[in-house]
Amino acid sequence: MGSRIQRYHTIGLIAVAAAVLPFVLPGDYAIHLATVIGINTIVVLGLNLLMGYAGQVSLGQAAFVGIGAYTSGILTTKVGLSPWLALAAGVAVTSATGFIVGVPLLKLRGHYLAMGTLGFGMIVNIVLTQWGGLTGGTIGIMSIPPLAIGGFQFRSELSFYYLVAFSVLLTMSLAANIIDSRVGRAMRAVHGSEVAAETSGVDTARYKLQVFVLSAALAGYAGSLYAHHATYIHPGTFGFHQSIQLVVMAVLGGMASIWGAVFGAGAVTLIAENLRSFQEFSTIVFGGVLVIIMIFLPAGLWRGTGDVLQRLWRLRHRPAASRSVEDV
Amino acid sequence: MIPSAPYLLQYIVSGVTLGSIYGMIALGFTLIHNATGVVNFAQGEFVTYGALIAISCSAGLGLPMPLAVLIAVAAVTLLGALLELAAIRPARGSTVITLIIITVGASILLRGVAMWLWGPDALPMRHFSGETPMQIGHAAILPQHVWIMGIVVVTMFLLWVLGERTQVGKAMRACAMDTEAAQLVGIPASRMVMLSFALSGLLGGLAGAIVAPLAMAQYNMGIMLGLKGFAAAILGGMGNPLGAVVGGIVLGVLESIGASLQSGFKDAIAFGIMLLVLLAKPTGLFGRRSR
Repeated sequence: MGSRIQRYHTIGLIAVAAAVLPFVLPGDYAIHLATVIGINTIVVLGLNLLMGYAGQVSLGQAAFVGIGAYTSGILTTKVGLSPWLALAAGVAVTSATGFIVGVPLLKLRGHYLAMGTLGFGMIVNIVLTQWGGLTGGTIGIMSIPPLAIGGFQFRSELSFYYLVAFSVLLTMSLAANIIDSRVGRAMRAVHGSEVAAETSGVDTARYKLQVFVLSAALAGYAGSLYAHHATYIHPGTFGFHQSIQLVVMAVLGGMASIWGAVFGAGAVTLIAENLRSFQEFSTIVFGGVLVIIMIFLPAGLWRGTGDVLQRLWRLRHRPAASRSVEDV
Repeated sequence: MIPSAPYLLQYIVSGVTLGSIYGMIALGFTLIHNATGVVNFAQGEFVTYGALIAISCSAGLGLPMPLAVLIAVAAVTLLGALLELAAIRPARGSTVITLIIITVGASILLRGVAMWLWGPDALPMRHFSGETPMQIGHAAILPQHVWIMGIVVVTMFLLWVLGERTQVGKAMRACAMDTEAAQLVGIPASRMVMLSFALSGLLGGLAGAIVAPLAMAQYNMGIMLGLKGFAAAILGGMGNPLGAVVGGIVLGVLESIGASLQSGFKDAIAFGIMLLVLLAKPTGLFGRRSR
């Protein structure tokens, strides 16, 4: 599924929908939620490339979001750097961290990599909480300045929404380009069988590292955006729970689908928002969703349902020639 | 900056106690990993349920302590078997990434249910036989410390007997070595997999029930304990039962001494050690070939 043309059509459609959306939404709060969904989508797109195409798990992705957010927060409030430079620095710092952590971690496979990234996420969260002098400890950092162009500040919900929507579309095009490129083919080969890819001359270590660093950079970018949007950050936002929610988003939308990233980020953000005052239920729902989807629809809710329907259709209409359609 | 000698004993006692708990959790990881190749991310939740059920039985229902612990262990053993039946068995033959996310999902689900049933606050549990410490030099040793170490030693011995001296143990080890070959000689492999989950639940539940008096019990206690149990299993070399226990004790002592120097970063010590071992010597201290 998903030819090149089809993918760009999808992105075009999403662009139109994103441009119109604020006029349909009932108010500032809804626009705010759409912005949060957009920010999450950026992280999930990175996670999608990592999990769906390169077949590597990260259970510590929220740590990268946190590093991006804190880089922005610290550089603007303590050093007095301009928000745009801080944003760029956020991406640079997370990319560098992704590289430094990725070189040794990506030697691990499967469960070990999952645990390794989980441990990394925990350590980052402990550092954010304990290094009070720099990070403000459990209280966090307040009064982070908004992004601005000339005299115009991205302070209103609507202006920030368009900034995020633009970023999401840019990230999507980037992801689509990567999937269709040589790197994308190599990544899929790694997912299919690392040994086979290696044997046919694919430098698997290098590609895995590239995707890992890219996913870290995207998470860092989203984190910086979040910091300038919320203007207040604290370590609780970037913990294990958030890492898991990001994985749920990727899984729900289908791990190898660009459109799925928006769908997953949207569904999970809205569920979490509505169950905010019933944390135990949101936890139960997310846990249950993960198990059920992975057992019954491992291609994600969106495509999984499509696949099942398609298979039923074929069974009914061409019983003799029925072939199961497996993806990519 | 090692703590001065008189107090060192105190740190070692609490380190070994906590470490033997890590060791039991690590052993649970090892059993499941050997039987299925899966790392069960819901291992820590077994500990949570062991602790919380024991508290409900002893404090809530007023049952005598041994009975409360027994019920908790039995319930979590069942929970382990149920997890295998409901979540692992239907996904047999899935990719590693799928299995990882399934057990992660199961752990979140169980955590949510625990929060719903027992609430978000930490609950205390009565010590098994009082809280009057014994003074040995500068170290105060609680009766609960002795209970924990004793129960862990007995459990390890029984498990060793099960593994080495019984037919079932042989069958389990055969499945761990080569599932297909084991099936060919008539061993019901899928029952052995379920047994490994049940045993692993038993170990986790017991660990939770005996550590709760020292540590309090909370719906989310399993995250940290599970991770540290995993770190211990890695330290000892994944798949090696003796290594798991020794790894747990080493980790407990290091953590206890480390915490006396920098208490805020206590939890980072375990993950730091885990990452170091994963990267430097992935086969652990007692290196066997890892899979």
